[in-house]
Amino acid sequence: MSVRIALLLLALWPLTAGAQGFANLGTEAEGYALPDPDHVWDFPADHGPHPDFRIEWWYLTASLQGDDGHRYGVQWTLFRLALTPQSPEGWGAEQIWMGHAGLTAEDSHHSAERFARGGIGQAGVTAQPFEAWIDDWRMAGQGTDTGDALDALTLTSRGPDFAYDLDLEATGPLVFHGQNGYSVKSEAGQASNYYSQPFYEVSGTLMLPGGEVAVTGQGWLDREWSSQPLTDSQTGWDWISLQFDDGARLMGYRLRDASGPAYTVGTWIEADGTTQALSPGDLIMTPLTETEVAGRSLPTEWQVDLAGRDLSLRVGAINPQSWQDVGFAYWEGPVTVSGTRQGVGYLEMTGYD
Amino acid sequence: MTRAGLSALLSHWRQRPGQLAALVLGLMLATALWSGVQAINAEARNAYDRAEGVLTQGRFARLARADGGPIPVADYVALRRAGYLVSPVIETDYAGLTLLGLDPLTAPADALPGGIATETTGFADFSAQLYVSPESADQGLPGAQVLPSLPPGTAVADISTVARLTGVFDPTYLLVLPDQPAFLPPIETATDLELRLPDDSTDPGEMTAAFHMNLTAFGLLSFGVGLFIAHAAIGLAVEQRRPVIRTLRALGLPLRRLIALLALELLGIAAIAGILGVLLGYVIAAALLPGVAGTLRGLYGAPIGAELGFDPAWALAALAIALIGAGVAGASALWRVAHMPILAPALPRAWAMDHGRILRRQALAAAALFALAALFAAVPGGLVLAFASLAALLLGAALALPPVLSWLLSRARPLARGAFAEWVLADTRQQVSGLSLALMALLLALAANVGVSTMVGSFRETFVQWLDQRLGAELYLRASNPQELDRLTAILGGRTDAILPVASVDRPLLGQPGSILAQADDPTYRERWPLLDAAPDAFDALHAGTGVFVNEQIALREGLSLGDPVPLAPGLTLPVVAIYADYGNPEGQAVMGLGPFRAAFPDVPPLGLAIRADPDAVPGLIEDLRAAGLPDGAISDQANMRRISLMVFERTFRVTDALSALTLGVAGLAILLSFLTLARMRLPQLAPVWAIGQTRTRLAGTELGRSLALAALTFLLALPVGLALAWLLLNRVNTEAFGWRLPMILFPGDWLRLALLAALAAGLAATLPALRLARMAPARLLQVFVHER
Amino acid sequence: MLVVEDLAKTYPGATTPVLDGVSLSVAAGETVALTGESGSGKSTLLHLVAGLDTPEHGRIAVGGADLAPLDDAGRAALRRDRIGLVFQQFNLIPSLTVEANLAFQARLAGRTPDLGPLAARLGLSDLMRRYPEELSGGQQQRVAIGRALAAAPGLILADEPTGNLDEATGDAVLDLLMELAETTGAALLMVTHSERLAARLSRRVHLSRGRLT
Repeated sequence: MSVRIALLLLALWPLTAGAQGFANLGTEAEGYALPDPDHVWDFPADHGPHPDFRIEWWYLTASLQGDDGHRYGVQWTLFRLALTPQSPEGWGAEQIWMGHAGLTAEDSHHSAERFARGGIGQAGVTAQPFEAWIDDWRMAGQGTDTGDALDALTLTSRGPDFAYDLDLEATGPLVFHGQNGYSVKSEAGQASNYYSQPFYEVSGTLMLPGGEVAVTGQGWLDREWSSQPLTDSQTGWDWISLQFDDGARLMGYRLRDASGPAYTVGTWIEADGTTQALSPGDLIMTPLTETEVAGRSLPTEWQVDLAGRDLSLRVGAINPQSWQDVGFAYWEGPVTVSGTRQGVGYLEMTGYD
Repeated sequence: MTRAGLSALLSHWRQRPGQLAALVLGLMLATALWSGVQAINAEARNAYDRAEGVLTQGRFARLARADGGPIPVADYVALRRAGYLVSPVIETDYAGLTLLGLDPLTAPADALPGGIATETTGFADFSAQLYVSPESADQGLPGAQVLPSLPPGTAVADISTVARLTGVFDPTYLLVLPDQPAFLPPIETATDLELRLPDDSTDPGEMTAAFHMNLTAFGLLSFGVGLFIAHAAIGLAVEQRRPVIRTLRALGLPLRRLIALLALELLGIAAIAGILGVLLGYVIAAALLPGVAGTLRGLYGAPIGAELGFDPAWALAALAIALIGAGVAGASALWRVAHMPILAPALPRAWAMDHGRILRRQALAAAALFALAALFAAVPGGLVLAFASLAALLLGAALALPPVLSWLLSRARPLARGAFAEWVLADTRQQVSGLSLALMALLLALAANVGVSTMVGSFRETFVQWLDQRLGAELYLRASNPQELDRLTAILGGRTDAILPVASVDRPLLGQPGSILAQADDPTYRERWPLLDAAPDAFDALHAGTGVFVNEQIALREGLSLGDPVPLAPGLTLPVVAIYADYGNPEGQAVMGLGPFRAAFPDVPPLGLAIRADPDAVPGLIEDLRAAGLPDGAISDQANMRRISLMVFERTFRVTDALSALTLGVAGLAILLSFLTLARMRLPQLAPVWAIGQTRTRLAGTELGRSLALAALTFLLALPVGLALAWLLLNRVNTEAFGWRLPMILFPGDWLRLALLAALAAGLAATLPALRLARMAPARLLQVFVHER
Repeated sequence: MLVVEDLAKTYPGATTPVLDGVSLSVAAGETVALTGESGSGKSTLLHLVAGLDTPEHGRIAVGGADLAPLDDAGRAALRRDRIGLVFQQFNLIPSLTVEANLAFQARLAGRTPDLGPLAARLGLSDLMRRYPEELSGGQQQRVAIGRALAAAPGLILADEPTGNLDEATGDAVLDLLMELAETTGAALLMVTHSERLAARLSRRVHLSRGRLT
């Protein structure tokens, strides 16, 4: 989804775009591949990198319950950015990798950031066996022979004051957003290839300054690649991934636009993995409560309505101060869902200055 | 009204261009000396910042291979994948430059040279660039871009660029980021690489602080002396324009406007003088900088270029200093004008009225300052305290001068024979207050001169003696490996008196950066090593491996005395059996016997040779060694080393000498101006004596003699102050700043030279007014009676 | 032009007043000689009228303007605009030329006087480029008078203007002063020791022990 593209570009902006500017970078897709609406999915190869595309990521969030009775959330993200469509070996840094990790507790939020160049083994992704890593942060297949390579994963990360070590077990199939995974982003036609694994059961250990906590919960993995960013006037976004107690899932986002109304789209996912792409405007996201975070005001509680499904939800942050304090800072943290359906999920918000 | 008033005030200068020149000169010199010193300091500070910016000063801990070899990329990646935050650096020589390859993706944010993180446009651009220092801009490196924050002789690029340019792929060392992730075992346990902790003490900013403080102190002193001049010139101008000022007021120029005009005039003059001063300061700084740069390189290894940049901020600050200085110098004159009664006749100020009380106050303040100076000197507590003691001493001495002179003159009164002599003494005593500023300036300049020349002289004598002791062998060689060493030994075979192996290893000593030296058992060392303190049979203990020598620096810093244990290697701790002088070395050093050293450091082969030979045979030996392919840099002969060492030494103190001479010159000027001011105002005192029956020639001669006497008295008082200053410099400042103490050696010959100089300055300054007096038309003297109603 | 009423002044530390109830009035065009012994208070009276000093009590008005409420700047403005001062010591500005000295007070008052006719009448036309120290005493005093007159004052205060000059020169200077005062219609108050000179003025007042007689 395009919000993540913009996030990546903005995060790397001080290092990459510079004099050319953000908008310019988007128009210069020459030499890179463009997403194909007729893409034939090929797994496990598509779990691996697509270096001929400009940007790509492996983005995992998990909403967790600790054995201490408290709620937690975990984020693990690996971004790939191509400086050129080549990927030589050695120091020649044509592929840049960036990791973001977050750990949210009810009363604290921890974040970390890593950079690496491709070609020397400090960071990368292999499809078979599946492994995505930067430094000692690692998301790897557990090597089961049956099913999809992403069905069983281990996940580790470590920051200045936290670490985690989790096992993930998928209970449903991969799902594809938009038209068979071809996700159109704007009227101008920007698009990406976008699929998810939203059915993870998670268990493992969090290490915090106060000690270790055993956790269980629900995870969601996004895979996306593209070569085009957002349009100039899109100022930020609000993205949710919700996992309902009855097994259904909802992914939705609202792209705020300086030159007009917000653009809201998403995917409804049944418990068996069948999907329905939402038409623009079906999903209505309304801010309820604003919170002062890092010197700005952010909506940390939302009313979410979905026409035609009689869905009226109240989505609230577990910790309203879930501020990812990295190079390009943003809000990302676990939420609880109440209303016509119950559940958990993740919320991401950018562009609030 | 403003223009008319200003034209009347300014027309004064047209008639007295000399006075204007003196005022401008005084302010200009004050600004120039002060700002020149500031410029040098700023340039040096800039150089340190640049050096620090490129990691050469070891602000970060590093991992390196014990043998100094490159670190395989795989080892680096393995550390990263174990979770440790380390960043690779390739350091290599390229086109005569030290080329650093950095990885901005993993490097600590403040490890990149200033300018790259903020000025340039990001990683994509950085990875395509080669950055060089301005000094290397014209070396024609392809794609080189100038980065002013880089120190001379360095270039920086992305690690991929460096790898591409040089073919070196493996990092030379890894920077260890100060903050490592949570829950990891210590990095030392995760690698075979050697962890080198950041070296705080090699920070040149710290090491050179003393030197710069020294310069700043001189700059301030010169500034003060320059202000004395400006003060005198402004006072003179106001004094001479008294009648004009009264006429202006009588004709209807309001007082406030008048003061404003005088202030405006002063401001204009100060601005002009300030600009000239900034230019002159730049010239002085540019002239002195090569010496300073040499000093800093020689003493501390601090990299600093010899070319001075021009910084507008510095120029503006200097200009502001000029204006503030003019304000300070002119404040009292303006205050006098403001309180001058409009109708008061042009009576010269009544000298010495109420002067007793001022003198008593000065004496009390001086006594308090002296006590403070003694207290600061007695308490061991760092460089700042040492300098505070120095400042209190100088200020106290300046303040003590008028009361002491006055007291001496009053004590001398009974010695006077005859009315004329009595009058001369009484009159001289009165004059002290008018001359006190100039005499204080002279005292400070003389004391600084005595102090500095004593320090430099003591240092020089000690240093030369030490060089003779330390450079015992006629020739020193350094091989790059043991095989070469054997080859060299073979070449020399039989043509020398002795070949003494030399080994050394860089190792922290008692937690401080330092080195351990291995010394062969030979009379060369036994007879000449510059021991300051030694146990009996110290050399026997050294070679038996039961004792170690340490240099004075580490002994002073760590409070070591004979018998104290010093850990040298894991499992090896030896007692100190001797302490030796090691001038010019900022670091700690220990000496072990060659045998015990080899046992303790089997991996460190002796690669140096000290060769005893007939001095006449040395040139031949050198030729043969060169013919055998030994590079010039690996051969040092004693004579050459001695010459270079002395050259570095002389350069070290050239700046100090120059500033001290300039200060003396400025003080001389201050005296001249003071005498000129006084001469005019003294006519009413002299006219009656002349009228009663003294010739003008005799009066003029007396004036001259009196000036010389005052200068001589000032010199006599400056002498003990200067010696106290030298003592402080040698025993407090040097100890704190450099880590060595020096014996104080007196140079009475220098004093004589200085006394003559002082007499010359005062004599020249007094001659002009005296000549004028001797040739003065009697009518001028008579006018005194006409005008003084 | 000048009105003085019941003026009194005692110098600090003195037991007897230097001026004790002096009243005096000088009309425009009138020339008044002020005579008296040394120390009788002549110069003090002149200084008070010029606003160079302040009285204990009594009133001074120059051209209808009362001096009492004026501060230093106000009194300076009065001197600049309405009073011409001529001193025994000339008090020229030594660093300015004759021409600049002549124009000086007028320029202080913000005017640019036409010096040509004035200089001609003072006999200074050939000396305009010289400096005061290059002139004789009589010439210097003529410059001082010219300076006062160039400012076109209503009141000229002269303190022994011929005291430093020989008799012939003094007479010539006084002639000039009176002639100019007359043609400009200015009032003249002149302190003098000389009975002979005093007799030539239109009126004469005598100061004795602080009182007018």
